[in-house]
Amino acid sequence: MSTTSNARRRKIVSRIFEVLCAAAVLVALLPLALILFYVIKEGFGALNLAFFTQMPKPVGEVGGGMANAIAGTLMLIGLAALFAVPIGCVCGIHLSEYPGTRFSSVVRFAADVLNGVPSIVIGIFAYGIAVLPVKRFSAIAGGVALGLLMIPVVVRTTEELLRLVPSGLREGALALGASRSRAVFTVIVPAALPGILTGILVALARVAGETAPLLFTSFNNRFWSTSLTQPIASLTVQVFTYAISPYDDWHRQAWAGAFLLVVIILALSIIARLAVRRLERMNRP
Amino acid sequence: MSRHGDRGFRFATGAVAGLVLLIVLGIGFELTRQSSLSIRKFGFSFWTTKTWDPVAGDFGALPFIWGTLYSSALALLIATPIALGIAVFISELSPRMLRQPLTYLTELLAAIPSIVYGLWGIFVLVPVVRKLEVVLGLKPALGVGMGAAALILAVMVIPFTSSVAREILKNVPSAQREAAYALGATRWEAIKVAIGFGKSGIMGAVMLGFGRALGETMAVTMVIGNSTIISLSPAKPQYTMAAVLANEFTEAADELYLHALIEIGLFLFIITVVINALSRLLIWKVKAA
Repeated sequence: MSTTSNARRRKIVSRIFEVLCAAAVLVALLPLALILFYVIKEGFGALNLAFFTQMPKPVGEVGGGMANAIAGTLMLIGLAALFAVPIGCVCGIHLSEYPGTRFSSVVRFAADVLNGVPSIVIGIFAYGIAVLPVKRFSAIAGGVALGLLMIPVVVRTTEELLRLVPSGLREGALALGASRSRAVFTVIVPAALPGILTGILVALARVAGETAPLLFTSFNNRFWSTSLTQPIASLTVQVFTYAISPYDDWHRQAWAGAFLLVVIILALSIIARLAVRRLERMNRP
Repeated sequence: MSRHGDRGFRFATGAVAGLVLLIVLGIGFELTRQSSLSIRKFGFSFWTTKTWDPVAGDFGALPFIWGTLYSSALALLIATPIALGIAVFISELSPRMLRQPLTYLTELLAAIPSIVYGLWGIFVLVPVVRKLEVVLGLKPALGVGMGAAALILAVMVIPFTSSVAREILKNVPSAQREAAYALGATRWEAIKVAIGFGKSGIMGAVMLGFGRALGETMAVTMVIGNSTIISLSPAKPQYTMAAVLANEFTEAADELYLHALIEIGLFLFIITVVINALSRLLIWKVKAA
């Protein structure tokens, strides 16, 4: 009698915890839904042609847009990729070709640690090496900051995706007398290329939304600029400036900017997701 | 020739890989160098005093350290049970069909930029918190403050902790659960066995979330109220290390002020490196087992 009631009690406890776990999922998805809802509701309505084509209006004037900030963000993430992709990919290749060495584990560890360094700290470092020496905020400094944030992401995804390449391919190339570098560049990397490009997209999506490291590297610019050595506007810093301002029209534009950011980031991550799925299907034996 | 080429390839790619290591060391070196004035002038008292007076050139970072640790701890308190619940649900309980979409949705939380969290925080969350504070009779009922910051941080930390915890649970050998079932365990008891097996990895997942919370900047800056108050009250506006950097860095007119701010950056760097290193070691240990 007491054993059956004990068993029933344990079953009930189990059931309660199972329900709590399911509730946890709902609790986490609620803010996600709320954020997306408000970004769409406030942001989509605030989008108009002027937002994409016009420059910011002077303080107090209604209207204008973020044309310079959109161009600035594209330029900054382009600069970041230019500098982070070669370093990240070569580093990832080294890690996947020589996975067991002590050096590789140290580098892998360093990449993981770098990935966890707050982006604002990376911003200070970029300020120290790219702003202080020339005493001027610049697009280059912003690109350096974002590039530093991108490197660990590119390193780890490149390594992981190169490892997905069936080892028979590598062994085949080596057995035919190819050198290690030839095997890597003509066989292994091409096989993993779609995946690596995907990894780069994910990294781009991550840095496109960064604000903190840009505050004191690329700073901000109310005017159109494509100069590498001048301060440059970015969507994120512009959203921040507008969000903490007291003007309703600027708040409206901040929501529009946030909407655009979320759309860019979701698009990049969905493309990446589809590409990974295709890759997995291709590599399935 | 081919052997020679192989060695060249190994060293060339190794040199580039070494850059990653150099960057981490370079950050530590550069931040120490750029904060030397403040380190020399204030020494250890920088961390234990609470005057922050740029005009008088007197700097103590205690309010920022307090705010960072307190907001992160509160966030962790909220986020950890939820993140672990999600990890358990996705890896152990959910129908196979729902696994992928749920994983993707929870990870979306990590993809949303901090600035968007902050914007949403200012215009949606803060007014709700303010109403709540009025109802509860908490003063000064501004809405902005420690509570709003901890709530937003919690949401931002959940995806990091839950995705690592899920990986850890996935790595627990199914023999562990089967053994529990064979002994007559209920579903939850079997899950407890799996969690126990991956205990140190799950600790690692929680610490990873802690590291994220410590350095989170924009969203916190926008809702915490930016006031150098040290208080336990979640209704009081306070400040964090990352937030003071975001707010004051470009205004630092003299060198000592700048060095004091960079010293805060250095401290943030050191604690996040230590916490991340520990959490990675814990996670790797479980995965290797």
